[in-house]
Amino acid sequence: MLRLPPFRYLAPRTLSEATRLLAEEGPQAMPVAGGTDLLPNMKRRQFTPAVLVGLRRLRELKGIGGSPDVGVRIGAGETLTSVSNHPLIRAHYPALALAAAAVSTPQLRNAGTIGGNILLDTRCNYYNQTEFWRHSIGYCMKRDGSICLVAPGSPRCWAISSADTAPVLVALQARVRLVSVRGEREIPIQELFYDDGMRPYTREADEILQEIWLPPALGWRSTYLKLRRRGSFDFPILGVAVALRREPDGRIGDARITLGAVASHPVEAEEAMARLRGQQPTPTLLQEVATLAAKRARPLDNADLTITYRKQLTPVYVRRALDLLVEAEQGSGAE
Amino acid sequence: MDEWRRLQPRKAGPYKVVGKPLPKVDAYSTVTGRAIYADDIILPRMLYGGLLRSPHPHARIISINTRRARELPGVLAVITGEDLPRKYGILPSSQDETALAIDKVRYVGDPVAAVAAVDPDTLEQALSLIEVEYEVLPALMSIEEALARPDVKIHEETRNGNIHKAVSYEFGDIEAGFAAADYVREDWFYYEGNNHVPIETHACVARWEPDPHNPIGGKLTLWSSTQTPHYVHREVSKVLGIPPSHLRVIAPHVGGGFGGKSDPFSHEICACELARRTGRPVKITCTREEVFLIHRGRHPVKMWIKTGVKRDGTITAMHFRSFLDGGAYGSYGVATTYYTGALQPVTYALPAYKFEGMRVFTNKPPCGPKRGHGTPQPRFAVEVHLDKIAADLGVDPIELRKRNLVRPYSRTINGLRITSCALEECLDQVVARSGWREFHAARLAREAEATRQSSPVRRGMGLALSTYICGAGKPIYWNDMPHSAVQIRLDRGGGVTVYCGATDIGQGSTSVLAYIVAEELGIEPERIHLETADTTLTPVDLGSYSSRVTFMAGNAAIQAARRLKELLHSVAAERLRLPPDRLESGDGFIYCVDDPQVALSFEQAVQLAEARYGALVAAGSYAPPEDIHGDFKGAGVGPSPAYSYSACVALVGVDIETGEVKVEKLWLAHDVGQAINPLLVAGQVEGSAYMGYGEALMEQQIFRKGRHKIPSILDYKIPTTLDTPEIETILVGRPDDEGPFGGKEAGQGPLLPVIPAIANAIYNAVGIRIDEVPITPDKVLRALKAARSEPGERPLPPPRVTPIVLNELWPARLIRWSPEQREPRPDPTNGHHQHPRQGESAPHGAASTSSQLPQKGGTA
Ligand SMILES: Cc1cc2nc3c(=O)[nH]c(=O)nc-3n(C[C@H](O)[C@H](O)[C@H](O)COP(=O)(O)OP(=O)(O)OC[C@H]3O[C@@H](n4cnc5c(N)ncnc54)[C@H](O)[C@@H]3O)c2cc1C
Repeated sequence: MLRLPPFRYLAPRTLSEATRLLAEEGPQAMPVAGGTDLLPNMKRRQFTPAVLVGLRRLRELKGIGGSPDVGVRIGAGETLTSVSNHPLIRAHYPALALAAAAVSTPQLRNAGTIGGNILLDTRCNYYNQTEFWRHSIGYCMKRDGSICLVAPGSPRCWAISSADTAPVLVALQARVRLVSVRGEREIPIQELFYDDGMRPYTREADEILQEIWLPPALGWRSTYLKLRRRGSFDFPILGVAVALRREPDGRIGDARITLGAVASHPVEAEEAMARLRGQQPTPTLLQEVATLAAKRARPLDNADLTITYRKQLTPVYVRRALDLLVEAEQGSGAE
Repeated sequence: MDEWRRLQPRKAGPYKVVGKPLPKVDAYSTVTGRAIYADDIILPRMLYGGLLRSPHPHARIISINTRRARELPGVLAVITGEDLPRKYGILPSSQDETALAIDKVRYVGDPVAAVAAVDPDTLEQALSLIEVEYEVLPALMSIEEALARPDVKIHEETRNGNIHKAVSYEFGDIEAGFAAADYVREDWFYYEGNNHVPIETHACVARWEPDPHNPIGGKLTLWSSTQTPHYVHREVSKVLGIPPSHLRVIAPHVGGGFGGKSDPFSHEICACELARRTGRPVKITCTREEVFLIHRGRHPVKMWIKTGVKRDGTITAMHFRSFLDGGAYGSYGVATTYYTGALQPVTYALPAYKFEGMRVFTNKPPCGPKRGHGTPQPRFAVEVHLDKIAADLGVDPIELRKRNLVRPYSRTINGLRITSCALEECLDQVVARSGWREFHAARLAREAEATRQSSPVRRGMGLALSTYICGAGKPIYWNDMPHSAVQIRLDRGGGVTVYCGATDIGQGSTSVLAYIVAEELGIEPERIHLETADTTLTPVDLGSYSSRVTFMAGNAAIQAARRLKELLHSVAAERLRLPPDRLESGDGFIYCVDDPQVALSFEQAVQLAEARYGALVAAGSYAPPEDIHGDFKGAGVGPSPAYSYSACVALVGVDIETGEVKVEKLWLAHDVGQAINPLLVAGQVEGSAYMGYGEALMEQQIFRKGRHKIPSILDYKIPTTLDTPEIETILVGRPDDEGPFGGKEAGQGPLLPVIPAIANAIYNAVGIRIDEVPITPDKVLRALKAARSEPGERPLPPPRVTPIVLNELWPARLIRWSPEQREPRPDPTNGHHQHPRQGESAPHGAASTSSQLPQKGGTA
C-alpha cells in the first residue's frame, strides 16, 4: 500500500479558528475536507503538507437552503451526495445535481465535498502517478520537475480542470465566498479560476471556501453531460454544462455553455452563447452553436482516449445537451 | 489407473448434493471479512519488506550502493542480485529470472534490491536511500522493434535475435487442403493483451524458524497469495538452496488470481531470504502499480490467418500464424505460444492445419497466463475471420459454423482426443434464446425505425463459439506422478477432514471438494473440515491453472471417498445383515436401498469401521489418461482429459455519433457436463462474460516512453457493475464419462467466445470491422467516419507485423504430423534438451514441455 507522508492534523471547531490556524501555519498547511482528492495525492507525493487543517467540524461550512426565487446557498462542506440528493437542487438546478451525482463512486461522494470538488487539483496522466512512476519517466514542472511532459516546448503546465461541478457552477453563474484572517470576499466563481495547470485557483493559501451562492433559478433550465468510459469512477474527459432561459415566444432569452475537462479551467463558449441569444432554437442553429462551442476545446494527450476523439465528441455532446433542454421544454409545453 | 477404472461407474443419481445450488463453504467468512488473506497475517516481531524496482525499461547495472539504506536505523537487511544468484522460472525450459537483477534490468519494475525494516515508513525511506547507477540501453517496446533489432539482445541466451521461442507445425496436407478450396481468405488481427487485475494485490509472509541442530539451519514457512503453492515450493526451494522437506508453502484465502498468481515471484523469494537472514517474519505486500509491473498478463498477439473453404463454407485448410509479445521474461510463454495454435482444431474439424507461432522478448512487464491462456487471442481471430468468410460467401454464419463443428468422440488433425462435446447444442441454445433469427429477419424494419426516430444507436447481434481444456494433460515439469491427490480422515465422532493441495482462488475449489466428498459419503457438506493448499499438510495438487481442479482434484476426492465408503459399507452390511450391494449412503445414514428404514448412522458406521480396521484414512489420486495426444515434439500442450464448449451471442448498441458501444446482453451457453454446483458454474460463466466484455471494449495495456501508461485501477479501465451487460447463462451438455460426476470446467472457457461475439455484433450493427482488441470508442468512431468518407478520416491500418516477409522461412524447423502416422519422428534438435538434474540450475533450457514428449511418445 502507498503510505501517506508524515503530517500534523489540526481539527478546529470554528471557521475563525480554522482561518487562524491556516494563517499561523503558513503555506506548509493545507485545508482538508473529505480528503478524497488530497489524500491520494499525498500518497503519491504530489503534496507533502506538514499540517492538515480539517474542515469537517465547521458548522459554518454546512447547510443547503434558499429558494428558486431568491437563490440557494450551499455550504462548501456539504458532501456531493447531499448536494445531488437535495430536493431544491434537483428541482431547480438539475445540472448541479447531475454533476454532483456523476462524480466518482457513491463511497467517494459520501466523503467528498462540493468545496473540495471546486478546488480539485488539476489532472494530467503524466502527473497523477506514483512517485516511482514520475521518477522513472522524469518529473514534470507541476511537481519536482521543470518541463511539461505533454508539451515539452511549452512554458506552461497543461494539467486539466477535471471537477464535474466546476463547469456547471460557472454556467449557473454561481458566486463563492472565501474567508481568511485578512477578511472575506465574495466573487463570481469564474474569478476563482486561472488558466494555469500549476496554479489553477486564485484562492490564497490562507483562505477557506465557505459557501457557494446560486442565483435565482426561475425560468432557467439546465443540464450536464459527462463523457467518460465507465458508468462510475471515472473523471470527466469532457463535461458539458448548459443553462438556458427561453422567452415566452420560444426564443432563447439567455444561454450559458461551459466546457469542463478541456483546459486548465472551465471554459465558457462565449461565441456560441452569443449566437444563441434571441434566436429560435432550430436543429440547424443548435448544430451550428455546438460546432462553435467545440472550437474552445483544445485537448492534449494527457487524459483517457485520443485527442482527436475528445475533440470530435465535443460538438456532439454540446448539441445533445442543447437538444435535451429544448426538447424537454417543448415536451412540457414551455414555461 | 486400473484402480480408478475399477471404481467407475459413477454413483447413480439422483444426487443429494451434486447439482444443487449451495452456497460456497466459505461464503459467510469471505463476505463478512473474516477470511484471512496473506496481507491479514501479522506475526510477532514481523518485519516489512519491499523491493526497489528498475526505473528504466532496459539498462545495465553499473553499481549498487546499499550502504546508506543499511545504516538507516530500523533496517535489518538489504539484499541484491548477488545474494540470490540462482536462476528460476515456472517452466523448466525458461529458467531466465533471478530474484533480483544481476547486471541488467529488462523492464520498468524489474526488482533490483530488497529491504526488510521494522515498519513500512522506514522501509520506504530505506528503498529511497539505495543508489543504483545504470547505463541505459535501447528499449524494444513492440514485436516489430524486437524483430527489427536483433543487435539489441534482451536475453543473451536467445539464439535468434530476440526470438524466445518459435514453433512450426503442419498437420495433414495443407497444400492439398488449399487446392481443394473454392475460396480462400486471409486476415490480420491484433489482441493488445491486458492485466488480470485481481482485487487482492499479491502479498506474502515468510517465517524462518532457526534450529541449530538441524543441518539445514531451520525450517521456512511461506504464506502467499498464489494459485500454485506446489510450483512456488519447488522454485523457492531451488533458489534458496533449502530442501523441499524444510519448506512449507501455504496459500491462505486468495482474492482472485486469473492466472496472475501462477508464477513463482521475486517478492516471495526475497521475503523468504530476508526472513532467513533476519530470523524474523517478513511481509511483502505489492501495491497496485506493482501488480501491473509483475504482470504475467495476457500476451499481446498479432495474428495472421488464412482459411480455404468450399462454396458451402466447409473448411478445407487453415494456416495460422501468431506473434506474441512476451515482455521481458519467459514465464509460461512457451506454453502460451503453443496454446495460440493448439486448440483451433478442437472447435472446428480442420482437415489440414498449419500453425506457426513465435514469441519475442520486449522490454515490458513479462506476460504469462491469463484466463483462457493463449486462446482468447486466436479465438477472436478465428471467429471474426469465419464471420467475414460467411459474409463473403453469402452463407449464414450459423450454417458455416455448423458445417465445421468438431464431432464428439473424435480425434483432431493434431492428434487430440475429443470425448463429450455439446458444442452444437450450445450453438442451438444461444441462437434460440437470443431470438437470433427474428432479430436478423427484422433488420430492415429496425434500421428504418432508427432513422425515423433519428436515434444515433444501431443494434447488432454477433455470435462466436469456443473450446477449452479441463486441465492440462501434462504437468509443467516432466514426471509420472499424479496431478492431484486427496486424503480423507474420518473421526470417530463422525467428523470428516479432507486434505488436498487444491488452491481456492475464489473459484470455489474448496467447496467443490466438500460437495463431492459429501455426495460420496452421504453426509452434509457443512460437516466436512477442509485443509487445502498447504505443501506440508496436504497431498499435492499442481495448482489452480488450466481449469484442472474440479476435474482432477474432484476425481481424486471420489477415489479417496470411495475407499472409505467401502470400509463403512462392509461393517454396515455386517451389522444390518445385508449384502453390501444393497446399501447406499445419504443424509447421514447408510441405509438399505430396498427399505431405507433399515439404516445405520454415519457415526455408528465410522465407529464400527474404526474398531475393525483401525484409524480411518484413505487417499485418492488422479492423473490424466495417456493416449490423448499425438506423438510429436510439442504435443504436450493442448491435450486434456476433456474439453468444455461454449457459445455466445452478443447484442450491442453502437452510437454512430460517438462510437460508444453498449453491450446490452450476452447469452452464454456452456457445456460443463454435469454442474457440481450450478450456482458456482453460473458465477464462473458470468465472471468470464464480465471479463471478456472488459477485454473486448475497455482494457488497454499501453505503454508510454517505456512505461506502463496507466498502472492504476482508476485509469486502467475494468468494467464496473454499472457497465456490465445483462448475462444469461445456459448450462447444456450431458455428464462427461471421465469427469467427477461428469463435471467439466467452467472457469475459463466461457470467456473465449465473448470477445469475438461482441466484435461480430458491432459489425452487424454498423458494418465496420475493428480487427484489434480492445475495440475502444475512438477506433469505432474513426472507422465509422472513414466508412462515411468524411474528409481527413483514414481507416485504421490493418494490424500487420512489419517487417515480415510471409514467404520467408519461419525461424523454426517444420514438424509435419498426421493422425495416421503414429511413429515419433527423429528430432535433431532434441539432443540439446536434457532433464535438469536435481539441484542443477539448468542453464540451457533443460527440458521444455515440448521436448519431453518424444520420450513419452515412444511408449504410447
Ligand atoms: C477514484 C476517484 C475518482 C474520482 N472521480 C471524480 C470525478 O469523476 N469527478 C470529480 O469531479 N472528482 C472526482 N474525484 C475527486 C474527488 O473525489 C472529488 O473531487 C471530491 O469532491 C473532492 O472533495 P473532498 O472534500 O474530498 O476534497 P479534499 O481532498 O479534502 O480537498 C481537495 C482540495 O481542495 C482543498 N479544499 C477542500 N475544501 C476546501 C475549502 N472549503 N476551502 C479551501 N480549500 C479546500 C484542499 O486543500 C485540497 O487542495 C475522484 C477521486 C477519486 C479518488
